[in-house]
Amino acid sequence: MKPFEYASPKTEKQAVGLLGKSWSEAEVLAGGTDLLALMKDDVVAPKRLVNVKHIENLGEVHFDGKEMRIGALVTMGEAADNALIKQHFPILHEALWEAASPQIRNMATMGGNLCQRPRCWYFRNGMGLLPVDEKGESLVLKGDNRYHAVLGNHGPSYFVSPSTIAPVLIAYGARIRLYGPEGARQLELEKFYRAPMHEGEREHALKPNEMITDIFLPAASTRAGYAEIRQKEAFDWPMASCAAVLEMNGSTVKSARIVLGQVAPVPWFSPEAALHLTGKAVTEETAMAAAHAALENARNLGKNKYKITVAKVAVKRAILNAAKEGA
Amino acid sequence: MADYKWPDQQHRSYLGKKIDRLDGPVKLTGRAKYTYDYNPKGLLYGALVTCPYARAKVLSVDTSAAEKMPGVKALKVVKTPGTETHWAGDEIVALAAVDERIAEDAARAVVVKYEVLPHFVQDEIEPPKDIPLASGPLSQEDLEDMFSNQVPEGKIADAIKTRGINWKPDEGFFKDLKGYGVDQVVIDALRGAQVKPGTAGPKSPYKRTAVQTEGDPDKAFAEAAYVVEGVYGMPVITHCCLETHGLVAEWPDQKSMNVHVSTQNVSGMAAQMAPMLNLSASDIHVEQQNIGGGFGSKFGPDSWGMHAAELSKMAGGAPVKMMLDRKVEQEMAGARPSAYGRVKVGADKDGNLIAWESNSWGTGGVTGGGSPPLPYLFRIPNQKKQHTAVSCNIGSARAWRAPNHPQASLLTECALDDLAAKMGMDPMDFFLKNIEMTGPRAKTYAEEFKIAAEMIGWKEKWHPRGDKTPGPLKRGLGLGLHTWGGRGHESHCDLTVHPDGGVEVRIGSQDLGTGTRTVIAIVIADAMGIPIEHVKVFLGDNKYPMSGASGGSTTSGGVSSSTHRAAVDARDALLAKVASSLKAQPEELEVVKGTVRVKSDHSRAMTWKQACAKVGPVGITVRGNNPDRTKPPDLTNSGIGGVQMAEVSVDIETGVVRVEKLMAVQDAGLIVSKKTCETQMLGGMIMAVSYSLYEEKVMDPTTGRMLNPNIEFYRLAGLPDIKDLRIHLHNTQEQENRGVIGIAEGAVTAPGTAISNAIANAIGVRVPFMPFTPGRVLAALEEHGQNAMAGGAM
Ligand SMILES: Cc1cc2nc3c(=O)[nH]c(=O)nc-3n(C[C@H](O)[C@H](O)[C@H](O)COP(=O)(O)OP(=O)(O)OC[C@H]3O[C@@H](n4cnc5c(N)ncnc54)[C@H](O)[C@@H]3O)c2cc1C
Repeated sequence: MKPFEYASPKTEKQAVGLLGKSWSEAEVLAGGTDLLALMKDDVVAPKRLVNVKHIENLGEVHFDGKEMRIGALVTMGEAADNALIKQHFPILHEALWEAASPQIRNMATMGGNLCQRPRCWYFRNGMGLLPVDEKGESLVLKGDNRYHAVLGNHGPSYFVSPSTIAPVLIAYGARIRLYGPEGARQLELEKFYRAPMHEGEREHALKPNEMITDIFLPAASTRAGYAEIRQKEAFDWPMASCAAVLEMNGSTVKSARIVLGQVAPVPWFSPEAALHLTGKAVTEETAMAAAHAALENARNLGKNKYKITVAKVAVKRAILNAAKEGA
Repeated sequence: MADYKWPDQQHRSYLGKKIDRLDGPVKLTGRAKYTYDYNPKGLLYGALVTCPYARAKVLSVDTSAAEKMPGVKALKVVKTPGTETHWAGDEIVALAAVDERIAEDAARAVVVKYEVLPHFVQDEIEPPKDIPLASGPLSQEDLEDMFSNQVPEGKIADAIKTRGINWKPDEGFFKDLKGYGVDQVVIDALRGAQVKPGTAGPKSPYKRTAVQTEGDPDKAFAEAAYVVEGVYGMPVITHCCLETHGLVAEWPDQKSMNVHVSTQNVSGMAAQMAPMLNLSASDIHVEQQNIGGGFGSKFGPDSWGMHAAELSKMAGGAPVKMMLDRKVEQEMAGARPSAYGRVKVGADKDGNLIAWESNSWGTGGVTGGGSPPLPYLFRIPNQKKQHTAVSCNIGSARAWRAPNHPQASLLTECALDDLAAKMGMDPMDFFLKNIEMTGPRAKTYAEEFKIAAEMIGWKEKWHPRGDKTPGPLKRGLGLGLHTWGGRGHESHCDLTVHPDGGVEVRIGSQDLGTGTRTVIAIVIADAMGIPIEHVKVFLGDNKYPMSGASGGSTTSGGVSSSTHRAAVDARDALLAKVASSLKAQPEELEVVKGTVRVKSDHSRAMTWKQACAKVGPVGITVRGNNPDRTKPPDLTNSGIGGVQMAEVSVDIETGVVRVEKLMAVQDAGLIVSKKTCETQMLGGMIMAVSYSLYEEKVMDPTTGRMLNPNIEFYRLAGLPDIKDLRIHLHNTQEQENRGVIGIAEGAVTAPGTAISNAIANAIGVRVPFMPFTPGRVLAALEEHGQNAMAGGAM
């Protein structure tokens, strides 16, 4: 690990003042469960760490009946235990419970979860987020891509978006509040993520001197289902996950938001899947049709064909789980 | 002559019972000290500069900036310019500095220039049928390869004639060859060979042995009523010791050295280090109280340990700690060789095995590696086999728990299971039908099959291949069997009975966390007839009497035999001294539960303490031995076996496999410490679940670097992945009569095979290669047209 400066501001304003204009200058430190590992492995080497954990009012969960506000510093453990979240956003509760391990959930924050860096093994081994050989050819395409993207994988990004929480939040229609030198702005979480085109770009819309302060979730009477497929039962990321939030009209689906995780460089919003459900009852057949639609444009990079199948199962099971919920 | 027989049932207070391990409390409370925890004053931290390329030539090494950094106390260039490196992670420079950060910064400041050379890291691809012979002149190394791979001598001579050689052999060389028994045709060919100096042509990564045949395999296959052919295999996996490799070396003066080292070989360490340091082994003091795993990978000081020793000397003797970081550990400090094979087996119409053919391959690193003993256990009458060693640019293989057995078991017993399936036979019946082919252990295996079958409910649950239950979750049963030696190694100890009744034993052994301390204390307490609390075990120090390395399940047999003999001798010496005060002959006395008494008259008795008080001010000290392997064993023995059965569930939509149940029946000779024996079994079974489902050293084809040199991407089973594991120790009287035998290797062999067979039973198709990941399971299903998610309806 390289030497670094450490700052512990008390306000958002101070915090963004301490952040830099480029990514190499400074990094926000929240729970540190991801950042410290990246620094120890020499993958990132910020000159300054800005610990945001002492900023007030970012560690709370509020619900006024219309909207839930989750502060960026709420830990995954606190969120998983929160009764209001469990009641109003059950699959967020579920996804939080299944993520990582109790020790990590106790340290990791909701903001950090959304900004955690990809687990691509080329990236984590210091070969870059868009790793290439001396000829400029992608190491991922020539190499071992068994855990890489099957959707949105036309390059140059092939890694998968790591958070299992983001797809759920997006399915619920979450927005986030970002704070920077010019003040605050709000963004739909769906628009926060992007696939970098150049090495050095981040996989989200955050500017180097901005931070996430809050997550907002609109209340709605929906049915939600979640499914994730894990090879190991603990201490691992799933191979694919899916969050399905359905607005019902009697026994048929009025509208649906289907979001996949771990399959693309961004949480993968699938209007195609939703289309196959709209106006129909949820059955094995419609769920399966939606699953096929979601993966219709999937591409096998050579070693990740199985992920296409696994992702379909996640979509199908998430939709069927949504139909089961509360029924 | 003393009676060294193991105590009979009436004289066992601890032997064969479930006794808590003696080192439990210190480990649970974090007080146990490991090599990592040894932080003496003035400690320097070692760091390594390692090569990022799979194969390269070092062109230059510039250490000037690093050496100038304040706090850097010693630096050594390990690979000088001109040297070739053979795997990513190979050490180039070693250095020591006053703290970890400076050591790392200094390592970063070293500038190494390389010429990157081509590499090869893909071992799972089946080698071509006709391996193209390299055309350049043969090197001395090529010739050695051909000898060690038993290439027929006529073929060697032909190769020499057509390709020439790249060095000029002298008379001494020819004499040596003659001495090794090399055929004259080869020597003549060498004498007449064209010498073409310069580098040999591009080397093929493949080295193939000669075909070995027994009986008439071609005829047997032609006559066989049933034949199956399949591909099976397992990749290179790493040892993943929780405590990485390394040591702390310090020189109290320029003529002696102390090392704290994480090792399976306390007694054998000094002799390995001494020559390179110009010391005598007697000048080196080796210590280790606890170790965080070795599994066969920690027998030597290793190159980095030697660097630490030299750096310490260079730094005026200051202690230097060189513990590998996880990345380097995964890259070079442990690898189990891979083994793959195309296997064909045949049986007659009654299900008798008659023919075997295998073309196996695998890698153990740059040198290629050895071949697993095929066919495993079953001496099939007609055989034809050939092995191809694949040279890969990965850190060299090390022994991994039961070297070669899991590989051989998988390649053999999966093929047999496939043959049973083809015949429509229950594999248990099929294995039992052919069990005589396993040799002298056949009867025991047959008994064990019955017990294992009861434990898992084989009769009720077994179904022909392909679980027909509706829904995506399929269940299946599978079996496997194994064997191992396990005879005790050479071991010596000193045992002292103090005048206050305390008993201490000093032995140059090590407790790998397996229960060695506990085994020794149990043996001594029961041999002497005293409470276990009286016994103190001192080990982990090479100044104690030599005891063998802990590898190959040899420790329990070795240390129990030496300490038992010492305990019997010390007890008899004690009885000789106190007999007159009980008005009896020594032979008339016994010690039972801490009381010394006359066998025929229990009223003539004294306590253990009273007796010890009579032995004089320095007590009694005796030496106990277990002989080396040139002598026949007496208290220990060789040869164990076992049967394991697995029940798995497989989600055929996702390919996710769970090992729901694993049942082990193990014969184990005389069991000393039942609890730690069972935990050894459990440890082996857990490792097997882990390597069957998750573990794999993944190499990037383009860069030749390991992609998963950590324990996130290198997946290991976690707590919830380990479900119902059970053990039955098959310790019949007949087994007990054989003496003490180590069991730990056996435990890890059969379960992998049983899991593979259970998956085939559940889903109806064989998944050829471990680990049985969702990707591999789905690919196997799809190959057989069974992708559950491919079509529209379920
Ligand atoms: C073994 C293991 C298993 C895991 N499994 C899962 C899983 O199943 N699902 C899942 O979703 N995650 C999983 N994780 C990841 C874990 O959830 C993240 O490490 C964690 O959420 C990161 O939060 P943190 O507060 O520790 O972030 P930090 O490590 O402090 O920061 C992570 C990144 O986010 C940035 N950052 C943090 N907070 C903010 C903010 N408020 N504004 C702007 N930038 C910020 C940091 O600068 C840094 O780049 C796993 C982790 C491990 C180690």
